Amino acid sequence: MSDITLVDLCIFACSEAFRDNGEIVATGVGPVPRLAAGLAKLTHTPELMMTDGEAYLVEQPVPLGPRAYDARKPAGHLPFSRFFDSAVWSGRRHAMVTPTQLDRFGQINLSYMGGTYDKPKTQMLGVRGFPGNTIYHPNSFFFPAHGPRVFVPQVDMISGVGYNPAKRTAGGNFSAVDLRVIVTNLCVMDFAGPDNAIRVVSLHPGVTFDEVQAATGFELAQAETMVETAMPSAEALDVIAALDPHNIRAGVIKDNPPAVRAA
Amino acid sequence: MTARMLDKRMSAAEIVAQLSDGMTLGIGGWGPRRKPMALVREILRSDLKDLTVVAYGGADVGMLCAAGKVRKLVFAFVSLDAIPLEPWFRKARESGTLEVLELDEGMFQWGLKAAAFGLPFLPTRVGLGTDLAELGGLKTVQSPYDDAETLIAMPALKLDAALIHVNRSDWRGNVQVFGPDAYYDEWFAKAAAKAYVSCEELVDKMEDHYPEGAQDNLFERCFVSGVVEMPCGAHPSSMPPHYGWDMKAFKAYADSARVPGDWDAVKDRFVGASEAEYLANIGGKEAVTGLPLPIF
Repeated sequence: MSDITLVDLCIFACSEAFRDNGEIVATGVGPVPRLAAGLAKLTHTPELMMTDGEAYLVEQPVPLGPRAYDARKPAGHLPFSRFFDSAVWSGRRHAMVTPTQLDRFGQINLSYMGGTYDKPKTQMLGVRGFPGNTIYHPNSFFFPAHGPRVFVPQVDMISGVGYNPAKRTAGGNFSAVDLRVIVTNLCVMDFAGPDNAIRVVSLHPGVTFDEVQAATGFELAQAETMVETAMPSAEALDVIAALDPHNIRAGVIKDNPPAVRAA
Repeated sequence: MTARMLDKRMSAAEIVAQLSDGMTLGIGGWGPRRKPMALVREILRSDLKDLTVVAYGGADVGMLCAAGKVRKLVFAFVSLDAIPLEPWFRKARESGTLEVLELDEGMFQWGLKAAAFGLPFLPTRVGLGTDLAELGGLKTVQSPYDDAETLIAMPALKLDAALIHVNRSDWRGNVQVFGPDAYYDEWFAKAAAKAYVSCEELVDKMEDHYPEGAQDNLFERCFVSGVVEMPCGAHPSSMPPHYGWDMKAFKAYADSARVPGDWDAVKDRFVGASEAEYLANIGGKEAVTGLPLPIF
């Protein structure tokens, strides 16, 4: 048990976000979300659909890192040229992503920080598909370094829809806005607090609520009974290791700490 | 019409000569993939300026921004994938010299489709609840039916010209576009008053050479105004199945944006005086076709 890493615990927790999601495209962007989606498909939710990271649908999740190009076995085709029709705008997708900022309403930012639209202080990627993803299908988040620069009171540029009443355009259809889970290196949270407030559901071993609150730029709610985040099973650890033969996940969380903190 | 008039072959310089200052120019491909980079380089060798560029951006956007060719940029992202933040685009943005319209990736293709169909806009939910509408000046419309839903009116992204790199074409503009994903090249072609294609392989009559590939005719030849053969014309972006992206070249390009980051001092390495010189400098056609396809 002592050799279980925190990143494996996070992957296991992230995979729970995809449980019983049905025949939808599970997209995990970045090593931890991608391993989590693969783990979910290979264990509790085989009906999930996913791509090879490019344009083909695969029934066997593709391992991370270098390998023979032909190792991928396409079972279907889902190119970007059909992505909005088939996956995003049909609501048949659940994406897990890592934006630069997330605020108390679950609004996310990937565009720019500081300055203005015309002259940003720090330009990032651009909103990409976040506005469409968040108004059409479920979304979850993974952050490897829980801190107040990530969890901010108000994002600098609202790139994804959250639960901010001030941004609910009258007459707009926001019925598919569905923010599910936030997994960080400290805890698991959801949006089930009062008025969709972000709420701590489970704490990773040895982490306190006060520590999470101190690392968050807005007030957090807590579940009635905050539990300890579940340890990955032996089966899950085997699957994760098989999907990440080069141990790329070891570089995700600073110093790759164990799941249970040293006393 | 005689067969002769259907010969749409042009040189890259002749294609660029069709473009004029202030035009709205669509560029096909997606990030570091399937970019008509040889035609972009030809623009970089020209005096063309004040462009409005509409693109799922990669180094095409970065280079045109670096060279001061862009007055306005319509984008959803600019990225080189493995190098997530395009450094020359960042410099242009952070200097405040660029007018922008930032869009969601899906809204973007919706705007191309509106233009293709000659519509002023197409309705969408995308953009509601974010800062896009307010920052971009996008208006809403109300459904005239019982639902009375409020929607964003995504304006048509009408292009004066589009540049697209395809796998094959014949003289008449019968293109074949294949590989895992053609992204939105079809809609760039149809949204544009004139589309110019560069191709890896040019043949005289497609039906005599590759009739079995007719299903890869992504857009019909009525949408093609000019054709030029440019093998390796997507380098350093990827062009499957012919070659993968050149991450070493992307890295050198990204590194060159560091202080002092003067484009004029480095542009010869990334543009060259001619396409032949550029190709020779990167090791010739063999070096490009030897680039492995990326895996994820």
